[in-house]
Amino acid sequence: MKLKGSQIIVKCIEEQNIDTVFGYPGGYIIDVFDALYEERENITQILTCHEQGASHAADGWARATGKTGVVIATSGPGATNLVTGIATANMDSVPLVAITGNVSTALLGRDSFQEVDITGVTMPITKHNFMVKNIEELADTMRQAFYIAASGRPGAVLVDIPKDVQQAVTDYEPKKPREIKPYFVENKYVERAIELINGAERPAIYIGGGCTVSDAGKELVALSEKIGAPVTSSLMGLGCFPASHPNFMGLIGMHGKANVVETLKKADLVLAIGCRFSDRVAGDRKNFCKNAKIVHIDIDLAELNKNVKADVTLLADAKSAIDAMLPRLNAAKNSAWISECRKRASEDYLLGSDGKLCPRKIIRAVNKLGDNDKIVVTDVGQHQMWVAQTYMFEKPRRLLTSGGLGTMGYGLGAAIGASLGTGKQTVLMTGDGCFHMNFNEIVTAAKLGLDITIIVFDNHTLGMVRQWQTLFYNKHYSSTDINYPTDFVKLAEALGGTGFRLERNEDIESVLSKAFATKGVKVIDAVIDKDEFVLPMIPAGKGFDSIVIEKPVL
Amino acid sequence: MGNKDAKHIISALVTNKSGVLTRISGLFARRGYNIDSLSVCSTHNPDRSRMTIVAVGDDDEINQIVRQLDKLVDCHKIMVFDHAESVKRELLLIKVNVPPEKRPEIESTANMMKVKIIDVAESSVICEMTGESNKVDKFIEIMRPYGILELARTGVTVLSRGRDCIDDLTDYNEEIGK
Repeated sequence: MKLKGSQIIVKCIEEQNIDTVFGYPGGYIIDVFDALYEERENITQILTCHEQGASHAADGWARATGKTGVVIATSGPGATNLVTGIATANMDSVPLVAITGNVSTALLGRDSFQEVDITGVTMPITKHNFMVKNIEELADTMRQAFYIAASGRPGAVLVDIPKDVQQAVTDYEPKKPREIKPYFVENKYVERAIELINGAERPAIYIGGGCTVSDAGKELVALSEKIGAPVTSSLMGLGCFPASHPNFMGLIGMHGKANVVETLKKADLVLAIGCRFSDRVAGDRKNFCKNAKIVHIDIDLAELNKNVKADVTLLADAKSAIDAMLPRLNAAKNSAWISECRKRASEDYLLGSDGKLCPRKIIRAVNKLGDNDKIVVTDVGQHQMWVAQTYMFEKPRRLLTSGGLGTMGYGLGAAIGASLGTGKQTVLMTGDGCFHMNFNEIVTAAKLGLDITIIVFDNHTLGMVRQWQTLFYNKHYSSTDINYPTDFVKLAEALGGTGFRLERNEDIESVLSKAFATKGVKVIDAVIDKDEFVLPMIPAGKGFDSIVIEKPVL
Repeated sequence: MGNKDAKHIISALVTNKSGVLTRISGLFARRGYNIDSLSVCSTHNPDRSRMTIVAVGDDDEINQIVRQLDKLVDCHKIMVFDHAESVKRELLLIKVNVPPEKRPEIESTANMMKVKIIDVAESSVICEMTGESNKVDKFIEIMRPYGILELARTGVTVLSRGRDCIDDLTDYNEEIGK
């Protein structure tokens, strides 16, 4: 059948079984929105207040559902407003396809109105990007974009389409999406990995976001139980291994748990799966677990031996690799090692608060109240680390957080996407700094009638930066005492939600219960102390021995 | 580990379309890789261009460069050359300030080094030479005292010895999609 370019774009989205797209219209993307209007029975379009919100919403939708998120924006400023969202998704290996309009091919390169070289801008922050100048290439380019976004190590792909290409007409034949198969090849590295694991007396498993992508949860539990290995997770891997499992030790890294540090110091083998030894995990990468053998399994060849040198590297999908190795792995000879690790983990503690309201108590209450299977979204900073340390994530895709890029302002958009994608109860935990960046999207959530509970850890400061200023910058609180006069309760009400204020520990459960029982968007202003700390902490660039556990006297 | 200052020659078969060079040079700049030269040419296959890159670094760094290149969707095959098992050439055009009385001297030097003189003007000549980079370097040094007016060199181009060729290798992106 003959279709316009704009219609082909929408048909190609439908081919992927994607029923929701996020975006914001504009002059050079009107045609695509027109085609979306025609297809409104099959595809829901979500209009946000700002393209950045749309990009985070598409990202949150993708993280929560496991499908590829789609965000659509116009040329120029519309496209540049997507940049932070694209970079956020790409850094965390989230499949995202961004579609932008551009000026007509005849106007390209002439600094035309709302023209930006968005493929040039996004080259370093996408897995790949395209500009389609020929209508004949449009459908296959769209299909390739979706394939690239979701295959291998997923990532963000941008397709830029000039207006005349959107309006041109050509033949369109629907095609089934190319199948994505998990990659695994039996080879000598598999043998060597098995040999090392079987030779280990004190193995430990470190998991990352790749385990979620590969859906390796069950396999990880079987692996850990068979070889008697404790499991620690990076921020991106949380939930992939159930937090309540006795073999789970907690978060690894800069704000990882102290027992994890002890366990890794004693381990003679670290089995790293679907992770990348980032600087937030291995601050001192040259000395990371120096006394242990390291086996690294990942689907991205360039991550193997990039940050930390491994004894055996295995290019493979996490789930397939564990499946293939498990029958050939020896069961742990005795339970001494795992018992020792479990004991350490059970005795480990997280510091409470000396302020009037304890952030960890709020997080524990969120964990306890409301739906069991809720989705937790965070912004970036202290509250993010408190959540990562404290909340018990039992399933993958229940924590949505900007791990790699650390994008303040990510949370609300992502919460909207997650709520739309899953229909589950969604809780956004944010800080007053982050929330001020993109709280405009409250109206998007309110308009859509989404059930989102927002807890603002409100300390009138940029807490994580303040913590560093306290520890490393002589308490020079430069530009961190934000002290905005915002009244979050009134703000919530003005933007179509309901506001609550929480100031004392004894009110946590009642306020939360009330909020959970209220429909729509709820904002809880949780007033906490400026000088709460995130501990433990391993200062940037340092090794395990530099861990700070107790709060210094201020 | 290998020598930190070792030079490695890498060839890549890439999609022959505009923007690919930007992707590759952007990757080098962004990740802070040291490169000596980068040259691009068309090949017998109209869909493919060939890039030859001389990169400086130890084995780990080169390994990382190769893997990052391999990840690019437009980069299909990639080969690192063993110095002994490859033939390397570079083309040099050099314009030297030569007054008429010095011409015979230049001519005999050029002859000795198998260098052609391809243009003669009143007070200058252009020499053309091909050879390995160190030979080209040497000739430039010999010409320096005469006064080099300008020069252009192509950067290294390379093929492996014997029947093996870059097309025999696997494409990483295709491989993991299999």
